Amino acid sequence: MIPYAISIKYMLTGFIAIFLIIAIYLVSLFVRWRRLKRDFQDLEEMENQQ
Amino acid sequence: MRPQPKVLTFLTILSVLLFLAALGMVFLFAPIEAVMGYVQKIFYFHISNAWVGMLGFLVAATSGVIYLVKKDLKWDIVEFSAVEISLVFFLIAIVSGSIWAKPTWGTYWTWDARLTTAAILEMIYLAYLLLRQGIDDPERRARFSAVYTLIGAVSVPITFLSIRIWQTIHPVVIGLGSSDAQGSFGMTTSMLITMFFCLITFSVVFITLLWYRIRLGQLSEQVDQLKYKIMQ
Repeated sequence: MIPYAISIKYMLTGFIAIFLIIAIYLVSLFVRWRRLKRDFQDLEEMENQQ
Repeated sequence: MRPQPKVLTFLTILSVLLFLAALGMVFLFAPIEAVMGYVQKIFYFHISNAWVGMLGFLVAATSGVIYLVKKDLKWDIVEFSAVEISLVFFLIAIVSGSIWAKPTWGTYWTWDARLTTAAILEMIYLAYLLLRQGIDDPERRARFSAVYTLIGAVSVPITFLSIRIWQTIHPVVIGLGSSDAQGSFGMTTSMLITMFFCLITFSVVFITLLWYRIRLGQLSEQVDQLKYKIMQ
């Protein structure tokens, strides 16, 4: 049987790792989307000026 | 740039609600396993992430086949998006599994059949991302990617079946596993309900993220087209 304190410690580590990886990916999606949106708007402006 | 569809907004809200409910089920509904204790709760998210990861690799292979038949680049975006998201989910499955293994097996990693095939699967698709970047011509890149995901998909059933074919210490949740398995436990009804709820939750989260990632790919293509137009 795994001691209570050790079991809790690894459970918390596991969930922190899961949330961290998900959070990093969501942030990367958001950052990439914002950057592309800005590029798109800038390019559209340039196209209209031409 | 297309506005966000209402269905996607609905799916986003549904994903968040299901995710919170899944957490509630894991911590409040599922019982604490007698031998492993709290650390066993990782299992619900571990198995769901592995499932969604493998599902995504198969979605990528299917999109690859459709691309090869139709030669429509939109399927290349679907394929690439599915691989990227699956890599994230499968990485979560590997990392969470390793953390669970430490108190259960006494080590974070062992070159067991399941762990080895899972690591190979992750690396196959990591290589896909790297190799794709090296091809500039969109159609050549799409053709290469489609064939690659099709061949890479062979490793999905091998990874899935590894614990049923070879002697391994990785436990089997449903069905008979290896006699060497360590960390197996009897599934109660509430554990089963929680597991299936988590599987459904992560499947919905996968669909939502895939849609967002496809939109990102489409926007990237639009930006490239505009750049090309302006430069001419």
